[in-house]
Amino acid sequence: MSIVQLNSITKTYNKGSVVAVDNISLSVNEGELFGLIGPDGAGKTSIFRILTTLLLAESGTATVNGWDVVKDYRIIRSNIGYMPGKFSLYQDLSVEENLEFFATLFGTTIEENYHLIKDIYIQLEPFKDRRAGKLSGGMKQKLALCCALIHKPVVLFLDEPTTGVDPVSRKEFWNMLKRLKEQGITIIVSTPYMDEANLCDRIALIQNGKIMSVETPQNIIKNYTRELWAVASQSMHSLLKDLREFDLTESCYAFGDSLHLSFKVHKENNRDETLAYLKNHNHREVEMNLINPGIEDCFISLMQQ
Amino acid sequence: MAEQVIKVEKLTKRFGDFTAVDDISFEVNKGEIFGFLGANGAGKTTAMRMLCGLSIPTSGAASVVGFDVYKQTEDIKKNIGYMSQRFSLYEDLTVIENIKFYSGIYGLSNKQIKEKSEELIERLGLHSETKKLVGALPLGWKQKLAFSVALVHEPKIIFLDEPTGGVDPVTRRQFWEMIYEVSAKGVTVFVTTHYMDEAEYCNRVSIMVDGRIEALDAPRKLKEKFNATSMDEVFYLLARGAKKAAI
Repeated sequence: MSIVQLNSITKTYNKGSVVAVDNISLSVNEGELFGLIGPDGAGKTSIFRILTTLLLAESGTATVNGWDVVKDYRIIRSNIGYMPGKFSLYQDLSVEENLEFFATLFGTTIEENYHLIKDIYIQLEPFKDRRAGKLSGGMKQKLALCCALIHKPVVLFLDEPTTGVDPVSRKEFWNMLKRLKEQGITIIVSTPYMDEANLCDRIALIQNGKIMSVETPQNIIKNYTRELWAVASQSMHSLLKDLREFDLTESCYAFGDSLHLSFKVHKENNRDETLAYLKNHNHREVEMNLINPGIEDCFISLMQQ
Repeated sequence: MAEQVIKVEKLTKRFGDFTAVDDISFEVNKGEIFGFLGANGAGKTTAMRMLCGLSIPTSGAASVVGFDVYKQTEDIKKNIGYMSQRFSLYEDLTVIENIKFYSGIYGLSNKQIKEKSEELIERLGLHSETKKLVGALPLGWKQKLAFSVALVHEPKIIFLDEPTGGVDPVTRRQFWEMIYEVSAKGVTVFVTTHYMDEAEYCNRVSIMVDGRIEALDAPRKLKEKFNATSMDEVFYLLARGAKKAAI
């Protein structure tokens, strides 16, 4: 059953000259961990602000748990959790004071829903008297998550909770989300990190206010039908240049320690021809293997269509 | 032996009883792309601020393009380029105004400013955007422009602090192609990132954990040493043990 619904939502800025959200329709199911994946400026924050009733769309309709985002904004506000991209707790209140404040604001107590935040809050408890402004980035983020959860929201909106966060802390954060999902909370989360897409049930790939694809991560990868090759040689920089000038190449880009290469036409002898071409261009220690694409490959391919 | 443009020996920075940077030593070669990695709170920014002449060390020694980090901080600032993770151009100035402003700050003559502006706009293909406010450009363009502006005074080293955060995958890769280009011209690139695939693009990488450099080598060698298939794994193995970062 769908719990969040967007129907042809459009939002523009600067008197219509900047289209932030371009006729987007989308539905998120109850209990789902749903990811909005896209770079800065894709429209992720605008979508969040429309759903959390902080921004009015120009056209289209949207509902959260059946409530209309325009008419029923009051009831939506008291029943959702929202963690904005920018740290928005009170820096001069302590950890515990912030949590108490948000619990009171939503007419509940820390004790009533402690089970929801216990796993996360337990890590903060040794510092509960510390002012929020004096916490490290990772701890601030955990506190913000606790404050967004304390009233047991029907939907939890997390706008780029892991941006600028190192890979280890990012993994930890996603483990917390997984445990929350197990408790039945619907979570909508946005991220610019493509590698996090695999951790969602379904994702929407967004670019320039438009949805390129809404699917499970597995299906997005399945829909990438071309062959993808990883190529490496002793000189990666000239390899990239040479492969881009190669007649058979459809697209070639750097990907970690190798280049990802796809061909215009699928042919049996693509690999042999490529190896011969690279040999002619004096590349040594060439390795070329067929690989499975990742979400980032799919995103790049969709962007180029 | 390669010319060394950054030399760091036993560099330490304490804030009260907290040691943010703990006795680190390393060198960076001319034209090298040096990846400076670490978890949040590991001490990267503090170390980088000392190398940019913005913070005086507690102890140890370091020189950047031959200038001392204690006594010659002004010379360091004039001879390095810096681009921060937060976009550093003026959003309410136009493209051309930003270029002229930064060129002026770095003391270029009017003639040089004119030449540099034309060259830069040509290279970035920004002809039709010169009179646009920078705030109206897409993020990818802003980042490319900020990078070029940070190089306007032809520094020998450029420091890049998470230059590609939040940028789309295609633009992120174009940004790295610009990094390769300047490195091929002999400019040293000192870069921090949270994208571990980008760590693979560096000539050498250091990983800071709790204020210390726990590993420093070419990505390929680090992967061999830690028996890992990716830099992500290497990073995870090293940074997982960190305690300070969590507090």
